[in-house]
Amino acid sequence: MAALCEGYTLCGLVPAQTRSCSGLRGIEEERDSDHVIVTDSTRSVTLYKVSDQKPLGSWMVRQGQTLTCSAVYNAKTGEYVAVSDNKVIRIWKEEDVVLDKAFKATVSADVWAVLCAQGGEPVVLFQRGAARLMDSLLSAPQQPIEEVLAQDEAIRWSTSIVAETQQLVLFTTELKGDHFLYLHRLNPNSLQRYRLEREEPGLSPLSFSASYKKKHICLLYLYPNGHVYQSLVSVRAPGAEERAEALQLPRSLLLSLPVGGELLEAASAIILDDAHIAVVGVPHPSAGPGKDFLCIWNTNFQTLQAGKEMAGKLYRQLWSFSNKLFIPHGKTLSVIPFACPESSLASALGKLKQAKTEDFKLPALVPSWNNILHGEKRQPPKTMETRKTKTQRRTQSTPSLTTDQVLELIKTAPAEEVQKEVEGLLSRQDLQELQPSLGQIAASLVSRSLADPVFYCPNTLAQLVHTQCLCHSVCPDLLPLALEKKDYFLCQLCLQFFPDIPEAITCACLKVFISLPDVDAEKLSLEPESVSFMETLISTERGQVGLQNGFSPTFCEKDQSDGSSGQQTRGKNRENTQNPPQPICPVGVHKAALINEVLQTAYSDTFLLPHLKDLSSQHVILFLQYLQFLYLQYSQDVLPQMHSFRSPSLDQIMDWVCLLLDAHFTVLVMTPESKGLVMNLQRFVQSQVKLFYELGKLEGSLQELNKMKVKKDVGQYSIEVIELF
Amino acid sequence: MGEFKVHRVRFFDYMPSAIRAVAFCRRTERLAAARADGSVEIFNFADNYFQEKVIPGRDGRAVEALCWVGRRLFSAGLDGEITEYDLENLRPRYSLEAYGGPVWTISSNKQGTLLAAGCEDGTVKMFEILEDRIQFQRNLDRQKGRIVSLSWHPSGAQIAAGMMDMIRIFDTETGHASHRLLVERGAGASKTQEVVVWSVAFLSDSTIISGDSAGKVQIWDGFTGTLVRTHLVTKWDVLVLSVSPDESSVIAGTSEGTVTQFQFISSAVEPLPGSDRQWVRTRTFKNHSHDVRALVHTDTAVVSGGMDTQLVVRPLLDKVEKNTQESALRKITFPHKNLVSCAKKAGLLLFQFPDHLEVWRLGDSDGNGKPGDILPVKRKPEKLIQLNRKGDDQICCSALSPCGGWLAYSTVCGVRLYRLQLDNNNICINKVSKVPKELCSAQQLCFSSDSSRFFASSSQSSVVVVGLQQLEWRHLQTLRPKSGSREPVNLLAPSEDGRWLVTANTDCEIHVFDLQKLKLHCSLPVYASCPTAVSVHPTSGCLVSVHADRQILEFSLEQKEYTEWSRKLQQQGLHPLWLQRDTPVTAVTFDPRNPAHIILHDAFMFCVIDQTLPLPDAKTNLYNQLVLRSLPPAERSRNGHAFKICKSFQNLLSVALLEDRSLVVVERPLQDIAARLPAPVRQKKFAT
Repeated sequence: MAALCEGYTLCGLVPAQTRSCSGLRGIEEERDSDHVIVTDSTRSVTLYKVSDQKPLGSWMVRQGQTLTCSAVYNAKTGEYVAVSDNKVIRIWKEEDVVLDKAFKATVSADVWAVLCAQGGEPVVLFQRGAARLMDSLLSAPQQPIEEVLAQDEAIRWSTSIVAETQQLVLFTTELKGDHFLYLHRLNPNSLQRYRLEREEPGLSPLSFSASYKKKHICLLYLYPNGHVYQSLVSVRAPGAEERAEALQLPRSLLLSLPVGGELLEAASAIILDDAHIAVVGVPHPSAGPGKDFLCIWNTNFQTLQAGKEMAGKLYRQLWSFSNKLFIPHGKTLSVIPFACPESSLASALGKLKQAKTEDFKLPALVPSWNNILHGEKRQPPKTMETRKTKTQRRTQSTPSLTTDQVLELIKTAPAEEVQKEVEGLLSRQDLQELQPSLGQIAASLVSRSLADPVFYCPNTLAQLVHTQCLCHSVCPDLLPLALEKKDYFLCQLCLQFFPDIPEAITCACLKVFISLPDVDAEKLSLEPESVSFMETLISTERGQVGLQNGFSPTFCEKDQSDGSSGQQTRGKNRENTQNPPQPICPVGVHKAALINEVLQTAYSDTFLLPHLKDLSSQHVILFLQYLQFLYLQYSQDVLPQMHSFRSPSLDQIMDWVCLLLDAHFTVLVMTPESKGLVMNLQRFVQSQVKLFYELGKLEGSLQELNKMKVKKDVGQYSIEVIELF
Repeated sequence: MGEFKVHRVRFFDYMPSAIRAVAFCRRTERLAAARADGSVEIFNFADNYFQEKVIPGRDGRAVEALCWVGRRLFSAGLDGEITEYDLENLRPRYSLEAYGGPVWTISSNKQGTLLAAGCEDGTVKMFEILEDRIQFQRNLDRQKGRIVSLSWHPSGAQIAAGMMDMIRIFDTETGHASHRLLVERGAGASKTQEVVVWSVAFLSDSTIISGDSAGKVQIWDGFTGTLVRTHLVTKWDVLVLSVSPDESSVIAGTSEGTVTQFQFISSAVEPLPGSDRQWVRTRTFKNHSHDVRALVHTDTAVVSGGMDTQLVVRPLLDKVEKNTQESALRKITFPHKNLVSCAKKAGLLLFQFPDHLEVWRLGDSDGNGKPGDILPVKRKPEKLIQLNRKGDDQICCSALSPCGGWLAYSTVCGVRLYRLQLDNNNICINKVSKVPKELCSAQQLCFSSDSSRFFASSSQSSVVVVGLQQLEWRHLQTLRPKSGSREPVNLLAPSEDGRWLVTANTDCEIHVFDLQKLKLHCSLPVYASCPTAVSVHPTSGCLVSVHADRQILEFSLEQKEYTEWSRKLQQQGLHPLWLQRDTPVTAVTFDPRNPAHIILHDAFMFCVIDQTLPLPDAKTNLYNQLVLRSLPPAERSRNGHAFKICKSFQNLLSVALLEDRSLVVVERPLQDIAARLPAPVRQKKFAT
């Protein structure tokens, strides 16, 4: 979801005498996204470093002269171009201190604007519609300039776009209420005129914005009634019949913004990306009639994505350079970083799921003494980690790198540095704001790791997953990478936090976990909670250290006399005294904890079954044994408080047993060592069926009770049958 | 035992009227209660609070105050008249204009010689009570402002009058006002409003207690005319006060529906110099949802009534033995007589309202159902006739013949008979003219089972027998009992075979007349409690009577003696739970197909008594229907007893058995009555 971040002030404004003007002529991007040149409406041009919020240089024309168009930066030559008093073109470099001493040339016609698209050359657009490349104009400044526009036609807006190799000048004009779009191709020159469809009489477009995508120019324009239209213009030269007459420009209604009755006055809409536009000066749909809002709308879904109330008057001016919006309001020019990630269902889903698990975490496990003593050792990493982040947060007084910089860094820097910077980023900013960029960071980390076998930063990735802002679809390579790197802790985290892991990956994880030798597994450091859960489970099974706050489960086992599990328990009790206990956990604690994570992932059995078939029969038997063990432990129900956050539910266990049997039934029947197991399972099923049969009977009686409780509403008259005994 | 198809009727829109005044006669233990529609009811507190008599009201006569003088009952109202009632013929004996505008209150002195009436014009009028009438004696000094309440000093020498903003004490000898007690107005906005002294009580130690519209109960010293103590009881009005006979306790009824008790007790906490006893507020009872307008403090109980139409008897637990029937709270909501008559053969119901009658045809359903089913109604019940009464007098009784062809009602001024013809959709009603002169008014009416005769009870327990032919009625005979009782007949029951007519009167006498010979057949031994329902068995000719104490007696009319079953019942005694039921049995019927079955009902159950089954003793479960239901059929007969009690239907006004053996139960849910009451005074409730 798009988000507007906390903004900051770039500079103050000196409002002109007329209050409707902000005092800004224009803002243009300088050498990179962090530098802009701001031209004010009188005499000065200032260069700012945006992230530092400070000016790097300022130039001013002499008293009496005025700048008549926004200064632009020619990236190829490193020169600034501006026009003073309509006819004087001034060109200077950053080192030039005094503007008057820099180059100037007077041209023969009034200039409307100097345009310079990124990657293009500066183009001079004259007020009467002619356009010249700067170079060719300066070669003969006094060359005659033709008149393109009709008598009363006037330019309203202009921009320049570089489409692949072709440089284009676009401008709109107004003639007696009609609006036209001119598309001027340079080298070779050609001009096409389009007529904009008329909106309601008397309404002229408030703002235009153009972007280039897929060989088309997309023109976006906003009318005072809140309608935002989009027109697509082909970049290709139309052919011979050029400029025969104005073509009708087809348009589509992109958005109908809520205007709340009155027409908009000082509003502007600009294109941010394919799916998002930023709108200023339009009321927020859920915040009353005030128009002091900057909003980001998703045009695909027609939804409001983010909104921010701006203090002070808005001036119908809005610029956007690489994820930053520049908006003059009141007496300041603010910079508001924004993010427009692509909307995906998975991210929405992920967010929902996370909200749920947060709640789930609250009821903490009642720890056994055993766990408090032994679990202590495993606690430190977590606490240390948090302490570390805390200290970092504290020491992070100097602003660290921005997201973009971190992304750049990931591509090249060594693992330690990346880890440091990402940590810094995570500790610095609010996670909610950061959410869109986290996916990018994770994806780039993963791609770096994939490309560079030496580079791998498990801690950083674990930290990113821990933010719960990621999901599998955002970085699909993360979990396979973790498997490949045998980073099982990360796998566990992913299984825990990703809501959308494909069944194939789940199965791959399962396979790896099962085949993991127990010796290796014991060395792993995993989520302490999941491990402690398994420890409690196994310890109760052993019946030796099962003293839970002074409560011994062996005492209450005696009153268990329900079917097979009761038999099992009794059998176990007998054996408890002499032999090792009957249902031993077939896998180690750590392995079990990992498998538990798999058991708890979401899946669809149709998709899971084919992948399950890939398991070898040995693995299947082991897995089944483990599931049987879990089932037995659960059906004893000795530790009700154990069913905490990271424990699979009985239903999940049963579902997996069923799936496994479905997938491997023939194999299991054929394998001699699985015979006992399958028979055991059959016994469970029988006991379950019996239980449910009994429950069904109970349900019948309860329903009868329910029927009896229904209070009959007797109306004015009824005929009833009663019986006396 | 059997299945019944039950017509559950809830469309009888019966609405009791608010209680305006009550008066209690200690000597006879009778309570008179006057309702807002002008009717007066007499309850016999000695006989299970049985409602013996109802004197119908009359439009335009609103009773504001009631007063017993000996056995005589007087009332006064805002029509400006003082009325004495004829308690034998259940009608006003005479009315006397007081000539003082609306009369707010009347009060007699303890000696029973003078009746004082407080009038709108500010006069207290003294009437001399003579043997057969009252006579105006004189006015006390006229005051400015109406006299709202009066109370005699027990000596009869002084009388206190509650007025607007003050209380006056008059010397009855001289007629001059001796003291003026100013009553403070309410605080705040009500400061500008006059305070009304709704009630005063003059005690023998000359203490005066007043209750007023500012919500205060005040204690005054009658010698000095000074205020002794003020109790703020409510934010609203204190409407009525009542003093216990021993003057140790006073109760006050308020607009909030509460009754507050004050007791004259010695207070150890703050002893006053000079006297060790003072009036202390002790208890609050909340039994009403609306204004308590009428209040009586009997020796053992608080009897209250008001806007919510219920008469509540709340025994004082320090005066009665705990956990006995006597200590139970009683609410009397429904009249103890039938307002519904049912034409068994035609399936019609007659509903009696004070000002009109309604005839309804019951609905129909086809098919049968299992017990517990609600059958689909094929034909809806339909109101055939609404007959408005003529004149100002309220209807006191009515009857519908079993065939549905005749309808009769009576007011205190006359009896009217109508011929009904209901052919398919044609409804035709004709008044039968030429009333026999013997029929001037009736307390009870009924038709014989073949609808050929019509019986009307008349004065002195006599019954007028009238023969009916097509649009004609003829006086046949007037039957008189030999006892010479002057009490009115409250029950009239002809036998199914047309041979007997049973009458019961409020003297507890039951007489049986032979209708073939048109003379008295026999009189039953008088039982101490008033009969509330009588009926003659259609085949065996036994008379079953149920009394106010819920005793059931069966008397063989042939042998003229109590039957074997009745003797057995008397020997064994009725089940204690049966005797503790607090509403009287108001109807007895028989199931013609099951001669051993007696069907009877009170307001909260109906019961089928199977005379062939063993009687329940005190240890058996009386209400055993649920237990029996859960038993297998074979065991039911072993566990069953004679009393089959069905409590599925509540707030019953009538239960009748139609010819097709289906039951008609007429229910009047109390919440329907409550829904039609005006809104009670606003009370601050927590979190509202």
